[in-house]
Amino acid sequence: MREIEVSRLTDVIERLCIEANEHLPEDVKCAIRGCRACEDGEIAKGVLDDIIENFEIADSENVPICQDTGMACVFLEIGQDVHLVGGDLTAAVDEGVRRGYENGYLRKSVVRDPVRRGNTGDNTPAMLYTEIVPGEQIRITVGPKGFGSENMSMIRMFKPSAGLQGIKDFILEVVEAAGPNPCPPMVVGVGIGGTFDKCALIAKKALMRPLDSENPDPFYADLEKEMLEKINRLGIGPQGFGGKTTAVGLNIETMPTHIAGMPCAVNISCHVTRHKTEVI
Amino acid sequence: MERRRITLPLTTELARSLHAGEQVLLTGTIYTSRDAGHKRMCEALARGEELPFDPTDATIYYVGPTPAKPGQVIGSAGPTTSGRMDAYAPTLMSVGARGMIGKGARLPEVVEAMKKYSGVYFGAIGGAGALLAKSIKKAELIAYEDLGAEALRKLYVEDMPLVVIIDSDGNNLYEEGRAAYLAGCNLINDNHSGR
Repeated sequence: MREIEVSRLTDVIERLCIEANEHLPEDVKCAIRGCRACEDGEIAKGVLDDIIENFEIADSENVPICQDTGMACVFLEIGQDVHLVGGDLTAAVDEGVRRGYENGYLRKSVVRDPVRRGNTGDNTPAMLYTEIVPGEQIRITVGPKGFGSENMSMIRMFKPSAGLQGIKDFILEVVEAAGPNPCPPMVVGVGIGGTFDKCALIAKKALMRPLDSENPDPFYADLEKEMLEKINRLGIGPQGFGGKTTAVGLNIETMPTHIAGMPCAVNISCHVTRHKTEVI
Repeated sequence: MERRRITLPLTTELARSLHAGEQVLLTGTIYTSRDAGHKRMCEALARGEELPFDPTDATIYYVGPTPAKPGQVIGSAGPTTSGRMDAYAPTLMSVGARGMIGKGARLPEVVEAMKKYSGVYFGAIGGAGALLAKSIKKAELIAYEDLGAEALRKLYVEDMPLVVIIDSDGNNLYEEGRAAYLAGCNLINDNHSGR
């Protein structure tokens, strides 16, 4: 049994909120640069050049890449041999988000009530997910999620008879409907299987996986490649102005599901797909 | 590609000279507002009250910036999705606000209002908040301070890089740019097939 003070989580989450918002992951940068090299159109090339210049400014000046510094999605994989001490875990996570968004000059984008609105003023609460895993460490991931793209996400509960074709059509339908709104080039996270709620969660987790990785199952790795190619034939292009680069990456996560169902969730993200992980 | 320099205010003449797909560098005074600010402005107009700024020939930037760090004029300041302001944009155009800066698709009723009032919809690059902040030289809070990031601000911008997405004739870069790209692909495919 290893004891960990919850205040350590507060400190790490504060730092991860700031770093994730200022520094784009290398795999995302690399994917954007790769797409820039392949574009032909003048406007499309210009947009991608500006996007590259933007993340370079954010890197060198330590400023937020995008003004939508997102809702703070926090994933904790807690080793089962860890004993958390020194206070309430959820409160400690929220305190980390509060400090990160205040001390990092990040935007406070959370409202207290979905219908009656009212900004909470400190970007809390975090969207917190905890998972108990073997071991005595805690793996902490912070993924700030902007809502221009979140708003374009969808989930559908397919009949199993819809098959693979149903999934493929749905992914293209969601990207098509999103069009220029989610700041393309996008990153697309697809979840297939589970229950209604788990399906959406694995789609979000798909966005946290590096873009230079692939699904370990060759069937889904091939599907990732195929769907990315198909999306990039839609012609939506950078910012929706037309071009080859509609998405810079697509990751699929799956899990077992019910004999009667085949849920599919498509979580859309933008070219500022941010996440930062630390293990303590 | 050459970018055309334009200076505000956005008069009818200037608005009518701008065409979808044109890349511009915009200089002048603009006002920031997004969801909650638009709602308040339209409620004020419905009560017969004045807006916090003179809307004549004005340009509104749909943005909620991050807080300025010490020494900064403003924090990161890229556009938000314009479609959420569609319910309010025709009302604001009816009192003279002609320019809109944002990103994403607009409803047909907004485009109709643009044709009627000579409106122009400019696109700033979504997600390029750090880059766009460089063109903002002055920022002043003028109303609705309680809305935080959504408060109304008066900005002075120099050479702000924008693209005309929808012009006052209703031409739309989202439709034309994509169609042109896909037509180019078809040409390439046709060539490959020996025609």
